[in-house]
Amino acid sequence: MPYIPHTPEEVREMLQSVGVANVEELFADIPRELRPASFDLPPGMTEMGVRDRLEALAAKNRIDFVSFLGAGFYDHYVPSAVDALASRGEFYTAYTPYQAEASQGTLQAIFEFQTAVCRLFGMDVANASVYDGGTAIYEALMMAVRQTKRATALICETVSPIYRTMLATFTEKLGLTLTTVPHADGLTDFTAFEAALDSRCAAVVVQNPNFFGAVQDYAALFAKAKSLGALSIASAYPVMASLLATPRSMGADICVAEGQSLGLPLSFGGPYLGVMTCTKELARQMPGRIVGRTADANGRTGYVLTLQAREQHIRRQKATSNICSNQALCALRVLIHLCLLGDEGLRRQALNSVEKAHYAAQRLTAIPGVRLLNDAPFANEFTVVLPGTALESCSNLMRWQYVPGFPLTRYYPGLENALVVCCTEKHRLSDIDTLADMIGALQ
Amino acid sequence: MIPGDLKYTKSHEWARIEGDTAVVGITDFAQEQLGDITFVDLPALGAGLTEGAELGSIESVKAASDLYSPVTGEVSAVNEALASEPELVNREPYGRGWLVKVKLAAAPENLLSAGDYEAVAASDH
Amino acid sequence: MRTVFEKSRAGREGVWQEKPAASASDFIPAGLLRGREANLPSLSELDVVRHFTRLSRLNFGVDANFYPLGSCTMKYNPKFTEVVANLPGFARLHPLAPQLCVAAKWCQGSLEVIYETERLLCEITGMDAFTLHPMAGAHGELTGALIIAAYHADRGNKKTKILCPDSAHGTNPASAAIAGFEVVSVASRDGIVDPEALAAALDDSVAAVMLTCPNTLGLFERHLPKIVDMIHDAGALLYYDGANLNAILGKMRPGDAGFDVMHVNLHKTFATPHGGGGPGSGPVGVSAALAPYLPISRVVKDEEGLYYLDYDYPKSIGYVAPLYGNFGVILKAYAYILRLGREGLIRVSEQAVLAANYLRVRLESCLDIPYNRICMHEFVASAEKSAQATGVRALDLAKALLDRGHHAPTIYFPLIVKEAVMIEPTETESKDTLDLFVEDLQRIAAQAEHAPEEVKAAPRAMPVGRLDETKAARDMVLTADLAPAR
Repeated sequence: MPYIPHTPEEVREMLQSVGVANVEELFADIPRELRPASFDLPPGMTEMGVRDRLEALAAKNRIDFVSFLGAGFYDHYVPSAVDALASRGEFYTAYTPYQAEASQGTLQAIFEFQTAVCRLFGMDVANASVYDGGTAIYEALMMAVRQTKRATALICETVSPIYRTMLATFTEKLGLTLTTVPHADGLTDFTAFEAALDSRCAAVVVQNPNFFGAVQDYAALFAKAKSLGALSIASAYPVMASLLATPRSMGADICVAEGQSLGLPLSFGGPYLGVMTCTKELARQMPGRIVGRTADANGRTGYVLTLQAREQHIRRQKATSNICSNQALCALRVLIHLCLLGDEGLRRQALNSVEKAHYAAQRLTAIPGVRLLNDAPFANEFTVVLPGTALESCSNLMRWQYVPGFPLTRYYPGLENALVVCCTEKHRLSDIDTLADMIGALQ
Repeated sequence: MIPGDLKYTKSHEWARIEGDTAVVGITDFAQEQLGDITFVDLPALGAGLTEGAELGSIESVKAASDLYSPVTGEVSAVNEALASEPELVNREPYGRGWLVKVKLAAAPENLLSAGDYEAVAASDH
Repeated sequence: MRTVFEKSRAGREGVWQEKPAASASDFIPAGLLRGREANLPSLSELDVVRHFTRLSRLNFGVDANFYPLGSCTMKYNPKFTEVVANLPGFARLHPLAPQLCVAAKWCQGSLEVIYETERLLCEITGMDAFTLHPMAGAHGELTGALIIAAYHADRGNKKTKILCPDSAHGTNPASAAIAGFEVVSVASRDGIVDPEALAAALDDSVAAVMLTCPNTLGLFERHLPKIVDMIHDAGALLYYDGANLNAILGKMRPGDAGFDVMHVNLHKTFATPHGGGGPGSGPVGVSAALAPYLPISRVVKDEEGLYYLDYDYPKSIGYVAPLYGNFGVILKAYAYILRLGREGLIRVSEQAVLAANYLRVRLESCLDIPYNRICMHEFVASAEKSAQATGVRALDLAKALLDRGHHAPTIYFPLIVKEAVMIEPTETESKDTLDLFVEDLQRIAAQAEHAPEEVKAAPRAMPVGRLDETKAARDMVLTADLAPAR
């Protein structure tokens, strides 16, 4: 049997040591009536056979198209060394570093990851990551609820609707009233937001750049929130964080992000990782695994999981969160990616993307009837309004192997003609020209 | 070590009642069970406390546990030293490791004498 | 080892792209740009490769070490599954592609993987429907608890409590509490759930009982048929914590046994790597009666054999994940299940259980085993006697094992055994490895008697000695930039 090494002779020896005649005796505790009614699975296959099958399935997915799809999940270049290093068995076949002395590799890497993402967002404290960017927003909200002992929060409609639909499930069932503040032409409506803010509010949640791609200044909103005792939570795009003002500099207390754009493949939605950072005042509210630096008896520096008393395996039903894992291997990829690029590499990646997006916006808006949804600054993603419906344009272009962007119809009624277009450094200018020509030809 | 002049709870807090004020802490038995204490979360000055209700929480490396108020009243002082030196609770649970002082609003009803608490601690061992 | 930040040299070139022609302020007003750089390290590619290669060598992992971490099923992770998950057709697919109107046709391969994996899990567990969205076991538990709440709410039942045995994983009560239930612990007797204690706790307000079976002591719940009836008679549901599914593959199916909801840990039973703590995957299976409440979206197959995402489930609890779960992990589990097939999966549980019993019997002489009878895939020993006699505790045994090249078992869990040492060998370890582990533990036990201080001084062969956890918790140095608080 594959991966099961015991020879018939060894099985006999082991059975003899245990004092049973056959393996079935070991299962005697399972009552007869509980034995499976069926176990109708296909017979095993060779490794080659399974690979053939999976390669055939992979071939059923179409990836031979030019895509301007972003919407929170981005196709940036990943240096080869990321795969090479993260696929070392010493990293990926280890588990949660309970035995710190035999896990210094994982622990130091997480400590360095915490440092790197704090530096990126200008924050003091990070955890070892949570499942994804949406879960990070949820956990940030729960941090605010614990810290302020309040149970309502405001979220802007410009925060990813993909995350907001998930937040609705958790907040609705878990006793938090989360109110959505409507957007105004794809922008955060600060007047409406400040009007909705009051002293019962635990937190405000915004995203920068927002789901429509717009970059805005949240300093005044965060200051207002602070004056009312609410925390400010910003959801960021880590690649663009190398260019944009940090959430901290605008006054955010918690900054979270989907970390996928830093070295992880799109992989149809996962595994990704939720990055969570906060100010040191909130350190004790941080859920999940956290690594701290310490020393052994001889003064040698080492790293351990710390603040564990808050966690589920000790606190059980009084834990700060039920999460007991983190996306350690994904966090490792992020760290390696950031180390390979450095400030300059990440900045170039971001700026090359921004430059292409602005070129695309210029080409598209030159088409009669095509306009930008708003005139706010944007980074590598922007929303255009087409003369016809975005879904229809999408369908038309897809026949020519082009995905022009993400249609907003599904999540924003009234914006049937709006399309969020994303560029990364991987796009060629000729791809953008072709996109513009095709959209022009549709009109 | 269970001082005879204090009153106790089954959840291992103590109260030293002096006129209309009570000093509150955790017992030597409790600190020993918890091990090296790393953090104490205490209520704000002026917060209202109710006998038997949650007062805060205390964390050691391997455990986190809730603290329950032995008395009813308003917090009149918080031991600020514990923020930087939580180990005071380990070293001097009945002295410099006190937690809060409470201005009493009602006489405590269910506190144990040292002798009764000794029996509780013995059975929790 | 110095941190990667200390190795940084200003001006050293990393993996850089073309220099952009423009500057950021050409596109975005200066007031919205960051003032100074993040101060990420400046390193050459070799600097980075060497740093992380050296870091990796400080780790124990299944590839190099026996890893009998109880309750974690640290089995071998087949290499070919990594190759499969990295196939460009899978790795490069954008998660929002199926939302474009004709594009579900472009994602048929991935949708089929999800659909087929759900079907295989249904057959393996006897449940009627699965969602693959939960991204870890605890996420699965929370999803399950929300489904339980929705089921009762839909029937107008006023149910406020979830019961968990005192041997349960800590995530069970934590997940139930986060889903809004009051958690009540049920005492075990003789290592398994005591039907009398359960009966006393079961009343109209109980929404569900969460069971791990075999439980965390590695013991099968022998009263299960009776327990199932009691719980259903009380109008409550049964949750199966799939953490220990490896023990019963092909021997019992939770669905047949009467469980209504369960989660599976793909990273345990189905050999996907643990990755130093994640990513995992915690699919949730339900009986037909609970299927309407499963999270959306769901993958369905139409008459023409085409797969698409269906969102039209009015009773659904909604979204528990933004997308479709940890797809890359699901792929690896799917490949593993196909590779082993029916006979292979049955052999998994048989050999896992045999290996655990073999270790149990061979270790009887040097370790105290409180519930010493035929166990399933793991067992729990106790170091309490040696702790009292010589001061050598479970922690000391764990550290001494590291020096001999074995990862330590799980220690101090389950909570109901003092000085617990929880050993799970898995089916992928050879008899030679098991024998070596036995001999090493016997040597450590002997040393604990005549030279306990030696054992307590372990580990000595690791990159660091025992680390001061109190110092870590009090100093709270959580990044290279954060100075100690005092």
